[in-house]
Amino acid sequence: MIFVTVGAQMPFDRLIEWVDAWAVAGDRSDVMAQIGPSTFQPKRVRVLPFMDPPTFRRTMMESSCVVAHAGMGTILSALELGKPILVVPRLGALSETRNDHQVATARRFRAEGLVLSAETREAFIAGMAELEAQPPDGPRIPARASDALLDRLRRFVVGEPWPPERESR
Amino acid sequence: MTIHANARPRKILAVSSGGGHWVQLRRVVPAFTGHRVVYVTIDPTYRKDVPDEKVYIVNDATRWDRWGSLRLAFSILRILIRERPDAIVSTGAAPGCFAILFGRFLRARTVWIDSIANVESMSLSGMMVRRHADLWLTQWAHLARPEGPEHAGRVF
Repeated sequence: MIFVTVGAQMPFDRLIEWVDAWAVAGDRSDVMAQIGPSTFQPKRVRVLPFMDPPTFRRTMMESSCVVAHAGMGTILSALELGKPILVVPRLGALSETRNDHQVATARRFRAEGLVLSAETREAFIAGMAELEAQPPDGPRIPARASDALLDRLRRFVVGEPWPPERESR
Repeated sequence: MTIHANARPRKILAVSSGGGHWVQLRRVVPAFTGHRVVYVTIDPTYRKDVPDEKVYIVNDATRWDRWGSLRLAFSILRILIRERPDAIVSTGAAPGCFAILFGRFLRARTVWIDSIANVESMSLSGMMVRRHADLWLTQWAHLARPEGPEHAGRVF
Protein backbone atom coordinates (compact mmCIF):
# COMPACT_ATOMS: atom_id res chain seq x y z
CA MET A 1 0.00 0.00 0.00
CA ILE A 2 1.20 3.52 -0.83
CA PHE A 3 0.42 5.97 1.96
CA VAL A 4 -0.16 9.59 0.99
CA THR A 5 -0.32 12.24 3.71
CA VAL A 6 -0.56 16.04 3.73
CA GLY A 7 -0.88 16.76 7.45
CA ALA A 8 -3.88 18.13 9.32
CA GLN A 9 -3.53 21.88 8.91
CA MET A 10 -4.37 22.63 5.29
CA PRO A 11 -5.47 20.75 2.17
CA PHE A 12 -2.94 20.02 -0.55
CA ASP A 13 -5.20 19.10 -3.44
CA ARG A 14 -2.51 19.63 -6.10
CA LEU A 15 -0.61 16.66 -4.71
CA ILE A 16 -3.73 14.52 -4.30
CA GLU A 17 -4.68 15.25 -7.90
CA TRP A 18 -1.18 14.24 -9.11
CA VAL A 19 -1.35 11.02 -7.12
CA ASP A 20 -4.87 10.24 -8.33
CA ALA A 21 -3.96 10.80 -11.99
CA TRP A 22 -0.92 8.56 -11.48
CA ALA A 23 -3.12 5.86 -9.92
CA VAL A 24 -5.66 6.06 -12.76
CA ALA A 25 -2.95 5.90 -15.43
CA GLY A 26 -1.31 2.89 -13.78
CA ASP A 27 -4.64 1.23 -12.83
CA ARG A 28 -3.60 1.18 -9.18
CA SER A 29 -5.96 0.47 -6.33
CA ASP A 30 -3.44 0.31 -3.49
CA VAL A 31 -3.20 4.03 -2.70
CA MET A 32 -4.52 5.51 0.53
CA ALA A 33 -4.49 9.25 1.22
CA GLN A 34 -4.96 11.40 4.32
CA ILE A 35 -6.01 14.68 2.72
CA GLY A 36 -6.71 17.10 5.59
CA PRO A 37 -9.62 19.58 5.53
CA SER A 38 -10.38 19.08 1.84
CA THR A 39 -13.46 18.24 -0.22
CA PHE A 40 -11.44 16.87 -3.12
CA GLN A 41 -12.94 13.64 -4.48
CA PRO A 42 -10.39 11.48 -6.28
CA LYS A 43 -11.32 8.91 -8.91
CA ARG A 44 -9.08 6.15 -7.69
CA VAL A 45 -7.38 6.96 -4.41
CA ARG A 46 -9.11 6.11 -1.11
CA VAL A 47 -9.17 9.16 1.17
CA LEU A 48 -9.81 10.18 4.74
CA PRO A 49 -9.38 13.65 6.26
CA PHE A 50 -7.50 13.06 9.53
CA MET A 51 -5.74 10.41 11.61
CA ASP A 52 -4.74 10.36 15.26
CA PRO A 53 -1.01 9.73 15.91
CA PRO A 54 -1.25 5.95 16.59
CA THR A 55 -3.35 5.38 13.45
CA PHE A 56 -0.97 7.51 11.41
CA ARG A 57 1.99 5.52 12.66
CA ARG A 58 0.33 2.16 12.10
CA THR A 59 -0.73 3.09 8.57
CA MET A 60 2.76 4.27 7.71
CA MET A 61 4.27 1.13 9.21
CA GLU A 62 2.01 -1.06 7.03
CA SER A 63 2.79 0.91 3.88
CA SER A 64 5.50 0.07 1.36
CA CYS A 65 6.32 3.74 0.74
CA VAL A 66 5.13 7.26 1.54
CA VAL A 67 4.16 10.25 -0.62
CA ALA A 68 3.75 13.50 1.29
CA HIS A 69 4.01 17.27 1.59
CA ALA A 70 7.44 18.31 2.87
CA GLY A 71 6.26 18.58 6.48
CA MET A 72 8.83 17.75 9.16
CA GLY A 73 6.49 15.55 11.20
CA THR A 74 5.87 13.32 8.22
CA ILE A 75 9.50 13.23 7.08
CA LEU A 76 10.79 12.38 10.58
CA SER A 77 8.13 9.67 11.03
CA ALA A 78 9.08 8.05 7.70
CA LEU A 79 12.81 8.11 8.58
CA GLU A 80 11.99 6.64 12.01
CA LEU A 81 10.10 3.75 10.41
CA GLY A 82 12.62 3.27 7.60
CA LYS A 83 10.05 3.99 4.88
CA PRO A 84 11.09 5.44 1.51
CA ILE A 85 9.43 8.82 1.07
CA LEU A 86 8.76 11.14 -1.88
CA VAL A 87 7.96 14.70 -0.83
CA VAL A 88 6.31 17.46 -2.84
CA PRO A 89 6.83 20.88 -1.22
CA ARG A 90 3.83 23.16 -0.72
CA LEU A 91 4.17 26.51 -2.48
CA GLY A 92 3.45 29.88 -0.89
CA ALA A 93 2.48 31.36 -4.25
CA LEU A 94 -0.40 28.86 -4.57
CA SER A 95 -1.45 29.53 -0.93
CA GLU A 96 -0.67 25.92 -0.06
CA THR A 97 1.15 27.25 3.00
CA ARG A 98 2.25 30.71 4.07
CA ASN A 99 5.68 30.71 2.38
CA ASP A 100 8.12 28.51 0.49
CA HIS A 101 9.87 27.01 3.52
CA GLN A 102 8.90 23.49 2.39
CA VAL A 103 10.86 23.98 -0.84
CA ALA A 104 14.04 24.68 1.14
CA THR A 105 13.34 21.75 3.48
CA ALA A 106 12.76 19.35 0.58
CA ARG A 107 15.96 20.41 -1.20
CA ARG A 108 18.11 20.08 1.95
CA PHE A 109 16.78 16.67 2.88
CA ARG A 110 17.10 15.51 -0.69
CA ALA A 111 20.73 16.73 -0.81
CA GLU A 112 21.43 14.61 2.28
CA GLY A 113 19.94 11.59 0.52
CA LEU A 114 17.18 11.25 3.11
CA VAL A 115 14.15 11.81 0.86
CA LEU A 116 13.13 11.86 -2.78
CA SER A 117 11.48 15.08 -3.86
CA ALA A 118 9.55 16.48 -6.80
CA GLU A 119 8.49 20.01 -7.61
CA THR A 120 6.75 19.40 -10.96
CA ARG A 121 4.26 16.83 -12.22
CA GLU A 122 6.89 15.34 -14.53
CA ALA A 123 9.40 14.98 -11.71
CA PHE A 124 6.64 13.48 -9.56
CA ILE A 125 5.89 10.74 -12.11
CA ALA A 126 9.59 9.91 -12.41
CA GLY A 127 9.89 10.09 -8.62
CA MET A 128 7.08 7.53 -8.15
CA ALA A 129 9.01 4.97 -10.20
CA GLU A 130 12.14 5.66 -8.17
CA LEU A 131 10.17 5.46 -4.92
CA GLU A 132 8.62 2.11 -5.74
CA ALA A 133 12.02 0.69 -6.65
CA GLN A 134 13.22 1.23 -3.07
CA PRO A 135 12.96 -1.50 -0.42
CA PRO A 136 9.92 -0.97 1.88
CA ASP A 137 11.99 -1.38 5.03
CA GLY A 138 15.21 0.59 4.89
CA PRO A 139 17.53 1.81 7.66
CA ARG A 140 15.75 3.54 10.54
CA ILE A 141 16.86 6.58 12.51
CA PRO A 142 16.58 6.43 16.33
CA ALA A 143 13.45 7.99 17.87
CA ARG A 144 15.41 10.69 19.63
CA ALA A 145 17.51 13.74 18.90
CA SER A 146 21.26 13.60 18.22
CA ASP A 147 23.46 12.88 21.26
CA ALA A 148 24.98 16.36 20.94
CA LEU A 149 21.60 18.07 21.28
CA LEU A 150 20.43 15.78 24.09
CA ASP A 151 23.65 16.41 26.01
CA ARG A 152 23.38 20.17 25.58
CA LEU A 153 19.79 20.16 26.85
CA ARG A 154 20.47 17.73 29.71
CA ARG A 155 23.22 19.98 31.05
CA PHE A 156 21.33 23.18 30.43
CA VAL A 157 18.21 22.34 32.43
CA VAL A 158 20.21 21.61 35.58
CA GLY A 159 22.42 24.66 35.15
CA GLU A 160 25.70 22.94 34.40
CA PRO A 161 28.30 25.12 32.69
CA TRP A 162 28.81 24.95 28.93
CA PRO A 163 31.11 23.95 27.44
CA PRO A 164 31.45 21.21 30.08
CA GLU A 165 34.42 21.61 32.38
CA ARG A 166 37.08 18.95 32.15
CA GLU A 167 36.94 16.65 35.15
CA SER A 168 40.13 17.02 37.16
CA ARG A 169 41.30 14.52 39.69
CA MET B 1 30.21 8.10 40.76
CA THR B 2 29.93 11.75 41.65
CA ILE B 3 26.70 13.00 43.14
CA HIS B 4 26.11 16.52 41.89
CA ALA B 5 24.26 19.02 44.03
CA ASN B 6 22.36 20.04 40.92
CA ALA B 7 21.04 16.54 40.28
CA ARG B 8 17.68 17.09 42.00
CA PRO B 9 14.76 16.38 39.65
CA ARG B 10 13.44 19.46 37.88
CA LYS B 11 10.02 20.19 36.45
CA ILE B 12 10.26 20.85 32.74
CA LEU B 13 7.45 22.33 30.71
CA ALA B 14 7.71 20.99 27.15
CA VAL B 15 5.70 23.18 24.79
CA SER B 16 4.83 22.92 21.10
CA SER B 17 2.15 23.45 18.51
CA GLY B 18 1.18 20.64 16.14
CA GLY B 19 2.58 18.45 13.39
CA GLY B 20 6.36 18.61 13.05
CA HIS B 21 6.73 20.84 16.12
CA TRP B 22 5.22 18.09 18.29
CA VAL B 23 7.24 15.32 16.62
CA GLN B 24 10.45 17.29 17.25
CA LEU B 25 9.49 18.03 20.86
CA ARG B 26 9.07 14.32 21.58
CA ARG B 27 12.50 13.66 20.12
CA VAL B 28 14.26 16.01 22.57
CA VAL B 29 12.40 14.87 25.71
CA PRO B 30 14.76 11.87 26.24
CA ALA B 31 17.24 14.54 27.45
CA PHE B 32 15.07 14.95 30.56
CA THR B 33 15.10 11.40 31.88
CA GLY B 34 15.01 11.61 35.67
CA HIS B 35 13.09 14.88 35.64
CA ARG B 36 9.34 15.53 35.55
CA VAL B 37 8.05 16.58 32.12
CA VAL B 38 4.68 18.34 31.69
CA TYR B 39 3.48 18.89 28.13
CA VAL B 40 1.62 21.77 26.52
CA THR B 41 0.34 21.28 22.97
CA ILE B 42 -2.64 21.95 20.73
CA ASP B 43 -4.23 18.65 19.72
CA PRO B 44 -5.94 16.36 22.28
CA THR B 45 -5.19 13.28 20.13
CA TYR B 46 -1.48 13.79 20.91
CA ARG B 47 -2.23 12.52 24.42
CA LYS B 48 -2.06 9.06 22.90
CA ASP B 49 1.66 9.62 22.23
CA VAL B 50 2.38 10.26 25.93
CA PRO B 51 -0.39 8.34 27.73
CA ASP B 52 1.23 8.47 31.18
CA GLU B 53 2.15 12.14 31.20
CA LYS B 54 0.34 15.33 32.14
CA VAL B 55 -0.71 17.20 29.00
CA TYR B 56 -2.33 20.63 28.76
CA ILE B 57 -4.20 21.46 25.55
CA VAL B 58 -4.24 25.08 24.36
CA ASN B 59 -5.42 26.74 21.16
CA ASP B 60 -2.92 27.46 18.42
CA ALA B 61 -2.73 30.96 16.96
CA THR B 62 -1.04 32.85 14.18
CA ARG B 63 0.27 36.37 14.62
CA TRP B 64 -2.63 37.69 12.55
CA ASP B 65 -5.21 36.19 14.87
CA ARG B 66 -5.37 38.73 17.69
CA TRP B 67 -8.21 37.15 19.63
CA GLY B 68 -6.67 33.68 19.35
CA SER B 69 -3.29 35.03 20.42
CA LEU B 70 -4.80 36.71 23.46
CA ARG B 71 -6.64 33.54 24.46
CA LEU B 72 -3.44 31.52 24.00
CA ALA B 73 -1.40 34.01 26.04
CA PHE B 74 -3.83 33.72 28.96
CA SER B 75 -3.86 29.93 28.80
CA ILE B 76 -0.07 29.78 28.84
CA LEU B 77 0.14 32.24 31.71
CA ARG B 78 -2.33 30.20 33.75
CA ILE B 79 -0.39 26.99 33.13
CA LEU B 80 2.91 28.64 34.09
CA ILE B 81 1.53 30.01 37.34
CA ARG B 82 0.01 26.67 38.21
CA GLU B 83 2.99 24.48 37.28
CA ARG B 84 5.90 26.76 38.20
CA PRO B 85 8.37 24.87 35.96
CA ASP B 86 12.12 25.03 36.57
CA ALA B 87 12.72 25.00 32.83
CA ILE B 88 10.74 25.59 29.65
CA VAL B 89 11.66 23.91 26.38
CA SER B 90 9.94 24.62 23.09
CA THR B 91 10.28 23.54 19.48
CA GLY B 92 7.80 26.26 18.38
CA ALA B 93 5.68 27.87 17.44
CA ALA B 94 3.15 30.28 19.03
CA PRO B 95 2.50 28.42 22.34
CA GLY B 96 6.23 28.07 22.99
CA CYS B 97 6.82 31.68 22.07
CA PHE B 98 4.42 32.86 24.80
CA ALA B 99 5.76 30.31 27.28
CA ILE B 100 9.29 31.66 26.88
CA LEU B 101 8.25 35.32 26.94
CA PHE B 102 6.37 34.79 30.23
CA GLY B 103 8.66 32.12 31.63
CA ARG B 104 11.51 34.49 32.35
CA PHE B 105 9.37 36.35 34.88
CA LEU B 106 9.01 33.07 36.78
CA ARG B 107 12.78 32.66 36.60
CA ALA B 108 12.48 29.46 34.62
CA ARG B 109 15.43 28.52 32.43
CA THR B 110 14.18 28.73 28.86
CA VAL B 111 15.22 26.96 25.67
CA TRP B 112 14.04 27.68 22.14
CA ILE B 113 14.85 25.01 19.57
CA ASP B 114 13.96 26.40 16.16
CA SER B 115 12.23 23.81 13.97
CA ILE B 116 14.48 21.92 11.57
CA ALA B 117 12.07 23.06 8.84
CA ASN B 118 13.64 26.52 9.07
CA VAL B 119 16.52 25.90 6.73
CA GLU B 120 17.10 29.40 5.36
CA SER B 121 16.53 31.60 8.41
CA MET B 122 15.21 31.50 11.95
CA SER B 123 11.39 31.36 12.17
CA LEU B 124 9.37 34.48 12.96
CA SER B 125 8.46 33.12 16.39
CA GLY B 126 12.11 32.20 16.88
CA MET B 127 13.11 35.79 16.21
CA MET B 128 10.52 37.00 18.72
CA VAL B 129 12.10 35.04 21.59
CA ARG B 130 15.65 35.91 20.60
CA ARG B 131 16.25 38.28 23.52
CA HIS B 132 14.25 36.19 25.97
CA ALA B 133 15.36 32.57 25.61
CA ASP B 134 18.35 31.63 27.80
CA LEU B 135 19.37 29.09 25.18
CA TRP B 136 18.50 29.96 21.59
CA LEU B 137 19.18 27.13 19.16
CA THR B 138 19.09 26.51 15.42
CA GLN B 139 19.32 23.00 14.03
CA TRP B 140 21.37 24.11 11.04
CA ALA B 141 25.10 24.79 11.40
CA HIS B 142 25.03 27.32 8.55
CA LEU B 143 22.55 29.52 10.46
CA ALA B 144 24.63 29.66 13.66
CA ARG B 145 26.30 32.98 14.54
CA PRO B 146 28.67 33.98 17.37
CA GLU B 147 25.96 36.27 18.77
CA GLY B 148 23.36 33.50 18.35
CA PRO B 149 21.61 31.35 17.45
CA GLU B 150 23.78 28.51 18.69
CA HIS B 151 23.95 25.20 16.85
CA ALA B 152 24.15 22.16 19.14
CA GLY B 153 23.00 19.26 16.97
CA ARG B 154 19.58 18.42 15.64
CA VAL B 155 16.51 16.34 16.39
CA PHE B 156 17.77 13.28 14.53
